[in-house]
Amino acid sequence: MSFLVDSVIMFTSQVLFFGFGWLFFMRQLFKDYEVRQYVVQVVFSVTFAFSCTMFELIIFEILGALSSNSRYFHWKLNLYVILLVLIFVVPFYIGYFVVSNIRLLQRQKLLFACMVWFTFMYFFWKLGDPFPILSPKHGILSIEQLISRVGVIGVTLMALLSGFGAVNCPYTYMSYFLRNVTDSDILALERRLLQTMDMIISKKKRIAMTRRQMYQRGEDQNKQTGFWGMIKSVTSTQTGSENLSLIQQEVDALEELSRQLFLETVDLQATKERIEYSKTFQGKYFNFLGYFFSIYCVWKIFMATINIVFDRVGKTDPVTRGIEITVNYLGIQFDVKFWSQHISFILVGIIIVTSIRGLLITLTKLLRNPSDRHTNRPTNGLL
Amino acid sequence: MASLDRVKVLVLGDSGVGKSSLVHLLCQNQVLGNPSWTVGCSVDVRAQDYKEGTPEEKTYYIELWDVGGSVGCASSIKSTRAVFYNSVNGIILVHDLTNKKSSQNLYRWSLEALNKDSSPTGVIVSNGDYDREQFAENPVPLLLIGTKFDQIPDNKRNEVLTRTAFLSEDFNAEEINLDCTNPRYLAAGTSNAVKLSRFFDKVIEKRYFTRDPSQMTGFTDRKRFNFKSLHYD
Repeated sequence: MSFLVDSVIMFTSQVLFFGFGWLFFMRQLFKDYEVRQYVVQVVFSVTFAFSCTMFELIIFEILGALSSNSRYFHWKLNLYVILLVLIFVVPFYIGYFVVSNIRLLQRQKLLFACMVWFTFMYFFWKLGDPFPILSPKHGILSIEQLISRVGVIGVTLMALLSGFGAVNCPYTYMSYFLRNVTDSDILALERRLLQTMDMIISKKKRIAMTRRQMYQRGEDQNKQTGFWGMIKSVTSTQTGSENLSLIQQEVDALEELSRQLFLETVDLQATKERIEYSKTFQGKYFNFLGYFFSIYCVWKIFMATINIVFDRVGKTDPVTRGIEITVNYLGIQFDVKFWSQHISFILVGIIIVTSIRGLLITLTKLLRNPSDRHTNRPTNGLL
Repeated sequence: MASLDRVKVLVLGDSGVGKSSLVHLLCQNQVLGNPSWTVGCSVDVRAQDYKEGTPEEKTYYIELWDVGGSVGCASSIKSTRAVFYNSVNGIILVHDLTNKKSSQNLYRWSLEALNKDSSPTGVIVSNGDYDREQFAENPVPLLLIGTKFDQIPDNKRNEVLTRTAFLSEDFNAEEINLDCTNPRYLAAGTSNAVKLSRFFDKVIEKRYFTRDPSQMTGFTDRKRFNFKSLHYD
């Protein structure tokens, strides 16, 4: 009976996560584009739903909710599904879409997609060689092999992400790094930008006029036949085209300049907005958080370096130490072990979430960038 | 050629719809070989014969300002882009026929460009929502161009064309559907070429030949130059 209730709870939460992932995909990632292949959206939402369910199960494990039998069952189910999706479905579809983008291989799409997938599996397998995964208790094709490899990749990614977050977070939020930008700076830059555009326009007008005159003269000259006409045409067009190429070079240089000016202006505007934002209450709050987290991250880096250098196994992390100190010196009574685990868990979670958010924002900026014909939206969605 | 003779037409639309290819096709009569993302704004010039075939024929050089970016981007980019929207004489709205969202975003694009132009008698916007009346009496001529026409499968063509017809009604503008990689669509004598010519002629007319002082007091610099430029005609 309780198993049924638990299953219902799990199932509803999974459906909720699925819906959330679907919405996120539609609203945030694919805001300005139509989704042509719904497979991508489904796969994304499924992966998101199952990852969230795993997270939920861990929380239930810590909190002790739901009966342990159903938890075990759901855990195994979840694990199998996620592994299936992660290792089989996603790489296959990525390979399929990449291959379908390359025009040469249109005929044998499936075949090449399978080839790509096998290459992926080969490298995936090779990944596990330096690690002592193979144990005599479990066979070679067991689930432990897959999980351990996924775990290796996952931990590396997490480390990279938290490193990225540790540096990105203070830079984004702290006002220490903001230069002082005044309105007159921005106006001056904008004026320069418009002047550059005007210069480009006047040069292009000259090119267009010269070309038009050459074209009209060229028509007249086609009527002139004979030796003399040919010599005249050679000399006049030569100076004309030399002139043109000179002006064209100037135009190219000016266009590059205009691009740089535009980017600088955007930068200044963004800085100005950040300064305004930092003056608001929310801005001040984030500034304070930025200081706090940067100190925490620096402390963690410091401790990690010391542990590696002195070959010492870190016994307790700073949060636990901090709580111990408060308990000892301030005499506040609360259960050290229980709270320390939760607080450090929450802190690490926050850092990871903010770093993932920062990474996703950078990724969406990168992926929104290339708008030439060969961008493949489904590939981006799958990635 | 007086430096005060400026006819400025904006080319607006979402990222990747083909504005740069279109501008290149319109100005150089050639297909753009290597399209790449436009940073900021790229300008090109088109020689337009006003009143072609009549004794009053005159060549004007129309500046096509191709402004890059998307509607939903950071406000710092938007405020920088606003610099380009000053004293505009015409707007070409470009959308991708294979992507419905790009046509929907055109409303926001037109609001963004026309809002910047608004001065005391400019267009009044009700909290960013689209309002059809403001386009009916809009002083700035609009042209709607749909790109990637060749990429629509034949069975969907009718549906797409009806959709764009509604769009052009909303904007009170002409519409052209073409493929920027094929100059055949704008060859002389096609209805597309005629519509294009008509649009540019309308822009030039509004720029130089309407001197109604009650209209568009926002473009104060144009009023001053209008009288001067008459002497050069």
